[in-house]
Amino acid sequence: MVGMSKTLSEKVWDAHVVRSAEGEPDLLYIDLHLIHEVTSPQAFDGLRATGRGVRRPDLTLATEDHNVPTLDIDKPIADPISRAQVEALRTNCAEFGVPIRPLGDADQGIVHVVGPQLGLTQPGMTVVCGDSHTSTHGAFGALAFGIGTSEVEHVLATQTLPLKPFKTMAVNVEGHLPEGVTAKDLILAIIAQIGTGGGQGYVIEYRGPAIEALSMEQRMTICNMSIEAGARAGMIGPDETTFEYLRGKQRAPADFDAAVDYWRTLVTDADATFDKEVTIDAAGLSPYVTWGTNPGQGLPLRASVPAPEDFDDPAAQQAARKALDYMGLQAGTPLKEIPVDTVFLGSCTNGRIEDLRAAADILRGRKVADSVTMLVVPGSVKVRLQAQAEGLDTVFTRAGAQWRNAGCSMCLAMNPDKLRPQERSASTSNRNFEGRQGPGGRTHLVSPQVAAATAVAGHLAEPNDLPAPSELVEV
Amino acid sequence: MDKFTTHRGIAAPLRHSNVDTDQIIPAEYLKRITRTGYEDALFSAWRQDPDFVLNHPVYTNASILIAGPDFGTGSSREHAVWALSDYGFKVVVSSRFADIFRGNAGKGGLVTAEVEQSVVDRLWELLGQDPQTEVVVDLEAKQIRAGDIVADFVIDDYVRWRLLEGLDDIGITMQHADAITRFERDRPSILPTTA
Repeated sequence: MVGMSKTLSEKVWDAHVVRSAEGEPDLLYIDLHLIHEVTSPQAFDGLRATGRGVRRPDLTLATEDHNVPTLDIDKPIADPISRAQVEALRTNCAEFGVPIRPLGDADQGIVHVVGPQLGLTQPGMTVVCGDSHTSTHGAFGALAFGIGTSEVEHVLATQTLPLKPFKTMAVNVEGHLPEGVTAKDLILAIIAQIGTGGGQGYVIEYRGPAIEALSMEQRMTICNMSIEAGARAGMIGPDETTFEYLRGKQRAPADFDAAVDYWRTLVTDADATFDKEVTIDAAGLSPYVTWGTNPGQGLPLRASVPAPEDFDDPAAQQAARKALDYMGLQAGTPLKEIPVDTVFLGSCTNGRIEDLRAAADILRGRKVADSVTMLVVPGSVKVRLQAQAEGLDTVFTRAGAQWRNAGCSMCLAMNPDKLRPQERSASTSNRNFEGRQGPGGRTHLVSPQVAAATAVAGHLAEPNDLPAPSELVEV
Repeated sequence: MDKFTTHRGIAAPLRHSNVDTDQIIPAEYLKRITRTGYEDALFSAWRQDPDFVLNHPVYTNASILIAGPDFGTGSSREHAVWALSDYGFKVVVSSRFADIFRGNAGKGGLVTAEVEQSVVDRLWELLGQDPQTEVVVDLEAKQIRAGDIVADFVIDDYVRWRLLEGLDDIGITMQHADAITRFERDRPSILPTTA
């Protein structure tokens, strides 16, 4: 019967409807509201102007990430405007009683790294944040999506949001990823297939054997970039991998087994239908890279820069022409011949410990090319400390990379870490928009493995392209 | 919020697809903690090009933006809506809007009028012939009128009602405070807190 079978996202949605009425949006309860310095100050001002308080500070957590420096974090922030914004967050949190993990705190870091590592992100929850990459948390089977500042104010005041239900899309990933092909390559391939607008209005559920085989951190990389396909959210059904990741985390449920019993019900019913289904074959994939100025303009690294005429749609042709011009690329150039100046390893997409390990494995015994500056920016203080405990920081610094403190950093260049005009980067972040990493900067999105290989080669490269590492250099 | 009924104004053609919010307002402008004063930030990189559409004197007072598909993709920054509004835009017309941008626009009183790309093409052509053509955006009738073009546009009915009435979303939700309290009483105790 229609209405009996539900997808995962529909189950989570239905469990959070406070009120529904014909012709009106549903009023949806929010289990976790994450905030940061950039999209919250005007929301707190709105509360003050209307005499409203924060309804549930105990379901709200603030961290400082977007504009914080990654050097000299023990000193006052040099940029006065950034400093004022961070100070405004601290003042607002103090005034409204919201818990905060400020710069210098052991739990500070990128908001989408901090939530999961504390165990705050759990299956079946609704999670919002004034940041589009909130979709990251969907890796746990949570319904998690980015919101604007007016909605931040709305959630602060009411712990709810008025919303129309999202449409549902299944992305079925058949087969298994070949050796050396990562979650980042997979999501770039998915976005290239469905386009930057293909997911608009949808929550995507990633399914299939290739998804089930991924670690939690890899699943976060996938869900993180759902927004780059235009989707409101991305989700993956919780399973043993999810439960094992959460077990023992600081905020994991005290009665863990009871929680797991509930979490096991959070699967898409066998006979549920999606509004749209897309299938992709994992086995046919190889490392991916973007050549243009939106995340849908990606190709296998072994391909060449496309020509505008390669596209059928006139709008895509024009977009390609504009992108090639901005990127300073010639059609037909093998992608692996493109030299880069900067390599950025970090962000909420690829700034977790597994990402750092993967890059360190390639850099061990090798050197970053003289022509390349490489920044390694862990996603959180905890990731940084873990990496140091494993000696990864030494691998990076011996290779000639810079070992920084946690934050969003060069992903969006709000802090001092930016590209100069025409400078070219290979970046493990999520957006290759014009000027994203600094005015005039040119970004190629890649996996941590490709980033590390590129840093060594001095041009876009995959690990297999590198000569064997020197055996003399060992930690 | 001011009520929005019908708007008449000059329309600027922005012949780009995938206008992401990093282009509408680069991140360097997001460090401010104010709610207004973002007009200088709007398309700040593109405005350095003297040929950029908004640099043509004929569009100085433009209040309607006619853009290509997938407008407002990327970052959730509501500053993109504030920058458009502060600059003087009341309406953006496109064949497809990114979800978060469209939601933010509705909150900020900026109308997103979704039409077929063929309508965008005809409007671009009309404005190419006469940039001073008055464009009428009638929210009541969900209709755009310019020259001999009459086209219906799509906007969420609830958002349209709120804009027509000039209502504040939080105030509406506050009327249901009892329902929220009841819901909270029944929330499972295993759910985490941040305290």
